[in-house]
Amino acid sequence: MKILTTPRMERCIGCHSCSLACARLVHKYLSWDTAGIRIASSGGLSTGFEARTCLACDPAPCVRVCPTGAYSQRKGGGVIVRKNLCIRCGECARACPVDAVYLDAATEPFVCIHCGRCVPFCPHDCIEMKDVRATGSTEDGGAA
Amino acid sequence: MIKEKFKVLTVDLGSGRGNIVTMDGRDTVAGGSGLAALLFTKYGHPDKPWNDPDQPLIFAIGPLTGYFPLMSKTVCAFKSPYHDQYTESHAGGRSALALRFADLDALVVLGKATRPSCIAVGSRHLEVKEVPYLWGKDVFESGKMLRSTFKGAGHRSILRIGPAGENGSAMACINADTYRHFGRLGGGAVMGNKNLKAIGINGDAAFQLPDSKDYPKIFQDVYTKLTDTDMMSKYHDIGTPINMAVLNETKMLPIRNLQRTSDPAISNITGEQFADLALLRNAACAGCPVGCIHIGFVRERFQKEHRYIYRQVSYDHEPIFAVGSMLSIEDCFSVLAIIDMAEKMGLDVMSAGVALAWATEATEKGVISEEETVVRLSFGDTEGYKQAMLHLGRGANEFYRLLAQGTLKAAEYYGGKDYACVLGQEMAGYATGEVYFTSQALGFRHSHLDSGGYSYDQKEKGKDVSKAVDFLIKDEQGRVLLTSMVACLFARGVYTDQLLAECLKAVGYGSLAETLEPVSRNIRQIRWKNRLATGFMPEKVIIPKRFYEITTVKGSMDSDFLSSLVAEYGKAIRDLVQ
Repeated sequence: MKILTTPRMERCIGCHSCSLACARLVHKYLSWDTAGIRIASSGGLSTGFEARTCLACDPAPCVRVCPTGAYSQRKGGGVIVRKNLCIRCGECARACPVDAVYLDAATEPFVCIHCGRCVPFCPHDCIEMKDVRATGSTEDGGAA
Repeated sequence: MIKEKFKVLTVDLGSGRGNIVTMDGRDTVAGGSGLAALLFTKYGHPDKPWNDPDQPLIFAIGPLTGYFPLMSKTVCAFKSPYHDQYTESHAGGRSALALRFADLDALVVLGKATRPSCIAVGSRHLEVKEVPYLWGKDVFESGKMLRSTFKGAGHRSILRIGPAGENGSAMACINADTYRHFGRLGGGAVMGNKNLKAIGINGDAAFQLPDSKDYPKIFQDVYTKLTDTDMMSKYHDIGTPINMAVLNETKMLPIRNLQRTSDPAISNITGEQFADLALLRNAACAGCPVGCIHIGFVRERFQKEHRYIYRQVSYDHEPIFAVGSMLSIEDCFSVLAIIDMAEKMGLDVMSAGVALAWATEATEKGVISEEETVVRLSFGDTEGYKQAMLHLGRGANEFYRLLAQGTLKAAEYYGGKDYACVLGQEMAGYATGEVYFTSQALGFRHSHLDSGGYSYDQKEKGKDVSKAVDFLIKDEQGRVLLTSMVACLFARGVYTDQLLAECLKAVGYGSLAETLEPVSRNIRQIRWKNRLATGFMPEKVIIPKRFYEITTVKGSMDSDFLSSLVAEYGKAIRDLVQ
């Protein structure tokens, strides 16, 4: 099982191509918000960028707090979201320790599904799909 | 999201209120340059001066902004303090995508705030906030404070001015997201005159994708062309400063206030030198994977003990030429240090550097002295120029306040018009020859990007006036279409008219896609009508003597050819609005 990792964010130039690709290809929106990976400057543009994306927790705190079972644990880390079960309460976003769940104006959640479709759009190889070991952790990498 | 009508937010600083205006015109002016020109016809006052509070400050994006890569620039339009005529200035950064995701085709600022203020806008938010504590703060200080004022880190754009804009300098830029600028022709002073220190645009909306099977395929094709081929490598690798060595080699680089066009001494300020020694990292405009923004650094020791400050400074060919070769500064870190001071003041680096080059030659010739310049100006003296940038930005005395209105204005008062390197405004970094000089002197924005005159000079050997004028007119039309989409002009090799039509069709602007030729002619005409209505007279354009005196690899300037070009291009511009 592979997960999306962000091992080389120090190379990020802030083009948002990954976010735009995720929104466009996975969530079917024109947006840089409704995406499983979002780019923010880390304290001003002079200090570089960070990626807000799912760390593939296992167990995932967003699954634990979801009151309707819309969130379930993905094998290897991360979550599977069934939006037809979601009541738009926003608890998933509040539970996420790294702000990886985006809630739109109607409180619909958007989170990484670890599909890797954003990866080819990064011009500097900041992001990468990696196999997870049995423990659920990767060799290296992180959200920032 | 695809809207046949424009959605424009007007903000009246006098009342602190906004108004959403729905406007026709998508199929006649497209957006960007065309929309800005249309908005000026609606809200502008050709007969009132630039600093009348009723004059609009316009920011416009295009129909392809956000939908395709490199559709990442915003057009800012206003009546310029430099010549009191209608103009545009363009910038990258995040403002284009932020406006798209704020669900606006344009933002129009009207009126004047009673106290220093800023505008915070998003798709569901509008606020005019008083920020008197920011007035007088330089671009660096105000940037830090504004980050906590505006929401949406990462997905917002912050446009701000420095002291130059506050005190009405016609060389004041609008800083866009720290490393990009609405640089030329004094947009910063328009904000300052409105008591508007900053604008924060939060792109916080999401939209349905175009209902078209072609869109994903065309997006992928465009993205591949832009990233997998070598088409963009010039901008991605060394960046625009690669021109420094190329132009120096062909005797086309303005050096020492254009006293010469080639000099071995520039070998330490070439693009290659910057990349090897001073390049810290790259950055990108939102929506552009090319990442052409090159960021170097300055490091200054401030105590006898080893205590340093450092700052990151973006660089390009134009700033390097303006405060490097034009001032005979011969190492890249000194160039960056002078750029840094111009940035701090919120000055357009190009205009300010060329102005100081004139002031230095005027000093050498005894036309002015330290009595005017406060600090002794001499070619190659970095510390003097750093101080002079602060004086110019803050308008330290009568001399600097006049110089900040334009080099020719100072030269008219003190003398030295012959060697004022002004082509409508302070020259850009190309001393390629007669066609370029004509192109900038008469071009709509007095920009090297109005049309490819510099390229024509480099490639064409003949001196056919009508052929050259035809080229300038036709090239301008192609570029105005791109700046109405709004594309970065670096992508002009990719975004052909045919590809633009395919892109427009794929996102739902089918009728616009089928009429691009007449639409671009219409946009060009409206722009020039605005320009002429606000006082531009091509017949009055004078090219200073210095431009007739240079020699390039092609030989000496042909004064008859240059004079004929100016006369004929002026007539052709007149014909455009008939």
